[in-house]
Amino acid sequence: MLAPGFADPVHDAQGTFRAVMDALARPGLPQRLDAGPNPPAPLTPELAAIALALTDADTPVWLDADLAASSEVAAYLRFHTGAPLTEDPARAAFALIRDPARCPPLARFAQGTPAYPDTSTTLVLALDAIASEAGLRLIGPGIDGTARIALSPLPDSFVAQLAENRAGFPLGVDLILTAPGRVAGLPRSTAVTEG
Amino acid sequence: MATSPLHPGPEEIAARQVVMALCADASRDDLDAALQALAAPNAEDLRPPETGLVMATGRIGGDGRPFNLGEVSVTRAAIRLPDGATGFAYHLGRDRTKARLAATLDALWQDPARRARVEAALRSAAEKAEAARRQAARRTAATRVEFLTVARGED
Repeated sequence: MLAPGFADPVHDAQGTFRAVMDALARPGLPQRLDAGPNPPAPLTPELAAIALALTDADTPVWLDADLAASSEVAAYLRFHTGAPLTEDPARAAFALIRDPARCPPLARFAQGTPAYPDTSTTLVLALDAIASEAGLRLIGPGIDGTARIALSPLPDSFVAQLAENRAGFPLGVDLILTAPGRVAGLPRSTAVTEG
Repeated sequence: MATSPLHPGPEEIAARQVVMALCADASRDDLDAALQALAAPNAEDLRPPETGLVMATGRIGGDGRPFNLGEVSVTRAAIRLPDGATGFAYHLGRDRTKARLAATLDALWQDPARRARVEAALRSAAEKAEAARRQAARRTAATRVEFLTVARGED
């Protein structure tokens, strides 16, 4: 059964865009995300809000195994966004990841090209919890000194993968992390080290 | 191939197109009356009705090369009934209420048990649309000019 999308498409999408923009401008500082939609499981409201706000017919979307297993999720995204679904992470503009523990290595996603680094994949991960003031240490543009962020669950060897991602700058993927009611950004310009 | 909601047969598609074309011709009041007669359940918006522009394509003489006639405003609606049936409608113009009514009728029509009742409820709208079309044809016919070649007697 097809589920409704945003109740107020213009303002809900703008609000979501603003939250994501602020999150990426201030890495490690979680923003509030009032997710409107009530999507079919296992899609979370935050993943759905970001997908509805950011994807369209020009942005191939890659779904992780959990999401790809549900035909309702595919139908929901296809109806509300018109975005083509792709099975190749290297061709995706956005990747929706419901189960971060089984996220493929970041290097398997599109890294962009030196002339067009913006053609890389933006990963949207659904975490259980995001907390600031503890956990990983972040340094980089948009951060005054250092910021700390605790994520759970963390993908395998996440910090090492992020270091590798950072080393390839200006190429690399950007990460949008969501938890119930919150969103945080981890752009490729941020250097992440363990606590 | 078996006819299912996701893979309707060509006859079903044609019949649905006829009903939707009828809804497009009908006025908002006609559609409202038809829905009242059906005692339709409340529909939920899948996507609130929205108005946009669509490029209308024409063909010279009806079968010539296609050309872009111009942009027309189109309103689309997508609704869901409490039983999960979904209905869609695209209408010329900016009448969101009308597009939504037509989408509701579309959802009701897709249920084979309700189909006959939906068509019966739309019958008066169909008759009105047919009468309007006949009258327009009569008016146009009255202005018809017969061109004929006048022999000039040069031969």
